[in-house]
Order: sequence, then C-alpha cells, then structure tokens
Amino acid sequence: MLNQKVYLDFAATTPVDDRVMKAMLPYFREQFGNPSSIHSFGQQAEAAVEDARDTVAEGLNSRASEIVFTACGSESDNLAIRGAAIAARELRGANHILISPVEHHAISHTAEQLKHHYGFNLEYIPVDKFGMVNPNDVAMRIQPGTAVVSVIYANNEVGTINSISEIGKICRQRNIPFHSDAVQVTACLAMDMEALHVDMLSIGAHKFYGPKGVGALYLRDRTPFLPSQTGGGQESGLRAGTHNVPFIVGLAAAFKIAQEEREKRITHLLPLRNYLIEETLEMISDARLTGHPIERLPNHASFVFKDVDGNNLLMLLDVEGFACSSGSACRTGDPQPSNVLTAMGISSEWALGSLRITLGTQTTFKDLESFLRVLPKAVERCRDQTAR
Amino acid sequence: MNKQTRVVVAMSGGVDSSVAAALLVEQGYEVIGVMLRLWSESGLEAHNQCCTPDAMALARRVAAKLDIPFYAIDAKKVFRKEVVEYFIDGYTNGVTPNPCLVCNSRIRWGFLFDKAVSLGAQYIATGHYARLDHNKNTYICLLRAIDRSKDQSYVLHMLNQQQLGHTILPLGGITKSRVRQIARDFDLPVAERNESQDLCFLGNGSYREFLFRNAPYLHKPGLIIKDDGTHLGVHQGQAFYTIGQRKGLGISAPLPLYVLEKDILANVVIVGQKEELGKIELIAESVNWISGEHPKTPFHAQIKIRYKSSAVRGFVTPHDVTRFHIEFEKPLRDITPGQAAVLYDDDRCLGGGIIK
Repeated sequence: MLNQKVYLDFAATTPVDDRVMKAMLPYFREQFGNPSSIHSFGQQAEAAVEDARDTVAEGLNSRASEIVFTACGSESDNLAIRGAAIAARELRGANHILISPVEHHAISHTAEQLKHHYGFNLEYIPVDKFGMVNPNDVAMRIQPGTAVVSVIYANNEVGTINSISEIGKICRQRNIPFHSDAVQVTACLAMDMEALHVDMLSIGAHKFYGPKGVGALYLRDRTPFLPSQTGGGQESGLRAGTHNVPFIVGLAAAFKIAQEEREKRITHLLPLRNYLIEETLEMISDARLTGHPIERLPNHASFVFKDVDGNNLLMLLDVEGFACSSGSACRTGDPQPSNVLTAMGISSEWALGSLRITLGTQTTFKDLESFLRVLPKAVERCRDQTAR
Repeated sequence: MNKQTRVVVAMSGGVDSSVAAALLVEQGYEVIGVMLRLWSESGLEAHNQCCTPDAMALARRVAAKLDIPFYAIDAKKVFRKEVVEYFIDGYTNGVTPNPCLVCNSRIRWGFLFDKAVSLGAQYIATGHYARLDHNKNTYICLLRAIDRSKDQSYVLHMLNQQQLGHTILPLGGITKSRVRQIARDFDLPVAERNESQDLCFLGNGSYREFLFRNAPYLHKPGLIIKDDGTHLGVHQGQAFYTIGQRKGLGISAPLPLYVLEKDILANVVIVGQKEELGKIELIAESVNWISGEHPKTPFHAQIKIRYKSSAVRGFVTPHDVTRFHIEFEKPLRDITPGQAAVLYDDDRCLGGGIIK
C-alpha cells in the first residue's frame, strides 16, 4: 500500500535462505520417514538428522553427541537451565542460580520459576551501563553451591557482546556448569565451544536464515543433566519427540552457511551499521546509542530518544514502510520500560523511547538512506505529541 | 480515486468496527486500523468491556484478514484524566455523568484524531451507526442511522464541524443485520459479542462498586427525606443514587418512593411518589450546535434525554451560546442531570447539551 517496504528487524527473525529451503524440501514428502523406524525410510531420515548433527557439531567445534535438537531457542534455554539446575541439586545439593539481568525471558522467566516453585536461590549479576557483565562479578558471586550460571552471548535488545570465554573460564575452574544463550549471535559470530569454555549453548534457526520451529542445544558431554521432555528416547534420551527432520536439516544448512559466509556478512554489515549509528546520533538531538559502542553485534543498532513514545515511533515508521523494533514496544499498547534498559540504569524518560534497528544480508545503503530521511521527522513528530 | 486518501479506523475487535474497516478497504481507501488501550483499574484489565487482550488479538486478526496495518496505542493516561475523572467528578457533584460523550469528544475525536493526523490520515472512521450529509447544506449534517434501533447520533452530538469534516461513518446507511452479513461475506473472525451497555472501565462490576474503590470519599452517609422534610432513612452517599431510582433505598413506605432530587450541600436525598417525579422543563449547558451556529429564536424539536430513551416533543429556547431551555409537551420522569439532551429535527441532529 505504502512505498516499498523495508525490513529492518532481522533480530526478530530472518527470511529462510533459498539454499536452506532447497535442502529442506525433500524431507517433507520424498524422504518423510521417522528416524526412529527400523525400515529403509527410517534409516534415510535418520541419516539426514545425523548428518545435520555432524554439521552443527563441526561448526561448534564439538562432538556430535553434544548436540540436542529442540523446537526453538527458547526451548533450548529452558532445557539447559532446568536440566542443569535440577541435576546439580540432586548430585551435589547445589541450590544457587546465577544469571545476568539482561537475559532473554526464556532464561529469566525459567530461573524465576525455579526460584518460586522449586526453591532455588536466584542471584543476578550486575551489568555496566552498556549491559555488559564483568567476569570479575561472576567470580565474586559464584559459590561451590552454584547449580548453574547463565550469561547471554549478545543481548537481543542492545546488541552488547559479553566476554563469554572469560566467564566460561571462571566457571570451568570451579567446575560449575555454564550456559550461554547464543540465539542472537549465530548469524554473525564464530562459536567455538572449546574457546568459549561453555557447557551449554542455545541457538535457534530462524535468527540465522533458517526456519522457525527448530533450535539446538550444545550440551557438553558429562554435564550432569535432567531432561524435561521424556518419552521415546530420541536425542539420547535428552529430548523426546519425533524428530522434525526437514527443520533439523534446515537448521544445519543455515548454520553451515552462517559459518562459511561469516566474514562476508560482517564485511557487508559493519559499514552499514556504523553509518546508521553515526548518522542517527548526528541528526537527532537527545539521542543515545544503547549497548556497547564497539563490543556489539555487527548488524545491531539500538537507540533511546528522550521524551519519545517508542510505540508511537514504531507505528510512524511502519506507516512510512520501515519495520523496526523497540525494547518497550508492546503489541497491546501497554508500554513498559524494558528490564534490560532499566538494568543498564537508563531512566524511563529515555527508556520508553527505545528503537532497535537490525540489519540483514539483504540490507543496502539505499535502504538506510531512505530510512534516515524518515527517522528524524518521525522522532520529532513523536516529541511534539509527547509535549502536548 | 480513494487511493491517496488515508483513513484511520478505530477498531475494537467487534463486528461493527470490523465491518466499517472492511467497507472502507472495499471502497479503495488506504486504511489503518487502530485500537486504543484505555484505562482499567489495576488488576481488572481483563474485564474491560472494550479493550481486553482478547479483543485486541481479534482486531489484529481482522486487520490481517483485510491486509491493513494495525496498531495498539496507549491511551490509558489521557483516558484516566479526561474520562474517568469526569465520571468521578460528576458523581461527586451529584449528577449522573455520561462518560461516553466525553470519551468521544476528547479521546476518539481528540487524542485519536491527533494520532490519525500524525499518521498522515485525512479521516478517522468508526463503527458508529449515524450518517453524515456533506452535500445538502453549507455545513455537514449529522443524521440518525437508517437502522433507527441502532442509531448512535446521540453520542456524537458534541462533534464540531471540523471534526465531522474529517469523519467517515460507514455503517450509518445500513442495518445491523446487513452488517452481520457483510462480516460473514468477508469471513471476518469477529466475536458476536453481547453489546454491553456498561461503561468499559467498570469491568463486570457496578458503578457503585467502582466509586467505592476509586472515590471512597463519596461513601458519606446522610439522610433520606421527603420533600416536606420528613426523615425516612439513611443513604450511603448521594453518589450512589440516581434520579428516578426506586430500588435499594432501604426504606419502607405504604407507597413506592422514588429519588426526586439530591441536595449535595446538605447531603440529603429527597424522595417522593411517582407523580412527583415528572418535570416539564430542563436547562442544558455546555451546548454544541452541529451547524456551529447558535440559533437566535426558539423552535420546536424532538428531544432525547437519554441514549436509550425515545424522542419526545418540546420547545427549545436558546439562552446564550452555552445554554438552552426546553419545555416539554408532557412531564418527563427521567430528566437526569449529567445526561445529554439531544435535539432533532426529524432525522437531523441539531446538537445538544448536558442537563443541569
């Protein structure tokens, strides 16, 4: 209806890559077997799943036995925290959970549930004004009785990348299981499980040009663990349920492409992101970048604008044909300052005016130029309305 | 021809506003659906009569079906300030306010109107049953709906020419049953919700419970007296009684007694028999004339004194720009301060005012 629409919300989801789509298609109808079946149909499907597992394991510098396929990144997060916490309690009476305040809700709500319904002590690690965890703060808080530590690899709202490797080292020295939610980073960053010293790591395919409805959990061998979903013994008994073969194939194909094209993607995205950040801060008064200026995802720009209603801004931008996101945005018109921005110490007069622009492989300079023609006016119009 | 004309439709997830949006899409307008998130008492959001999460999900689905953008806009603060405070103030001052009128003039044709302008829209549209006539006169006429039983011109009588000039009411010319048929034709996933006469922000409760919670100072017992001064009982606070009310007075008398009047200063509720209830005249203030021009001479008109009452004949004398006087042909029982007296010349709504 309006001009050509421009999608600038690749952190929300991405379109499925053509090559991924092509890899998935045979597994809907031609090779539709159940990997658990004895017959040849089952064997073909099983081979596809195990090939996919090998691909993911290789990309993560890990073993195939350490990859658990799930239905999404959130499931991977749930599985990891719950599975490690409960097992640690049974094994060694550990009752303490340590997470950052900038976790995705899949982690924080799971941890809160473990606190309120299972009696765990939940402790939050502080973050700095960029939303970054200082590894020393983990070292100071970790105890022999810590069941699990979880720190997000890069935050979805502000794009800050945490020092996962250093936090991992601290946990490894004390022999405490460490999980990281890497859902936002798979599209652009390298993920070497040995270098990162993680015991568990979550990914979700639709954030890296794969299909929605499939994720994976890296689970280091010999990590004490209790499965959540029990049943037919699939995934070595760690996650029951018939394998979603085409989607697992899709996840692996997308993961492989992400690894192979990482340099190319970063080379494409970084100048675009930097241009967007510089121009926005230059053109708009009372605008701040949220998250770390350097240690941030190469496709991620996030801002707060003082005295702006973020929901209103998103609406005005959408009407102009630009699809973005906001930490405070809410589809039901009930905006609240985001937990993440609050944890970073941003006051609500700023935090309610948040805007996230995330770029993808298709994003062009021209897209951003036309976006930057619209953004300052939209912010100004929001401010006029707030002032009224 | 309408391709360039952008319209914001106030959507509720109900059949009327959904069909209004569908008709505008069909007529070629560039339509944007908007739902206002209105204020609810904390904890009772799910009981709001018009903007629950369910209703919002439904409106969003309708918009997706029609392939139009849809946005929920936070209007809680402005609604609390403009409408809920008006409501509480009205009861505090001893009248029976009609907050829907204020909601229309300040929220829909105020707050939302401004949002629509900022979205680049030329018009706002709603699912109200009333018609606008742009052609016959020099000014825009507000007319009753073709479906008389659904007519909602009463709650639009406060709109001015500027507002009416940027308004489209797609349902005024069709019947409710036709609207339902259109919803089926478009395969719209709208709920056939019961049309609620209650105020959205009261949730499932009564206005009395609401006032108890939100304006506890109104719980101020006083005397119930007859107009000769005889004490008959005790009331719980004048705000909880409405003119014409019979039930719930808690007094026994040989003949049924009705609330005739309330004296705020003395904090008494005055009751009497049915025959005493009628009044033959009223004064209305905060008057709006649809034409924008206030009549110089008295005239006969049909008058509605409540949203759901039928029109009766009376003689209207404009006093000044903000007030008029009505003398009815026969006494009326339900003249209630705070409600609107809306004037009609046959189908044409002339304007109205708030009964003093």
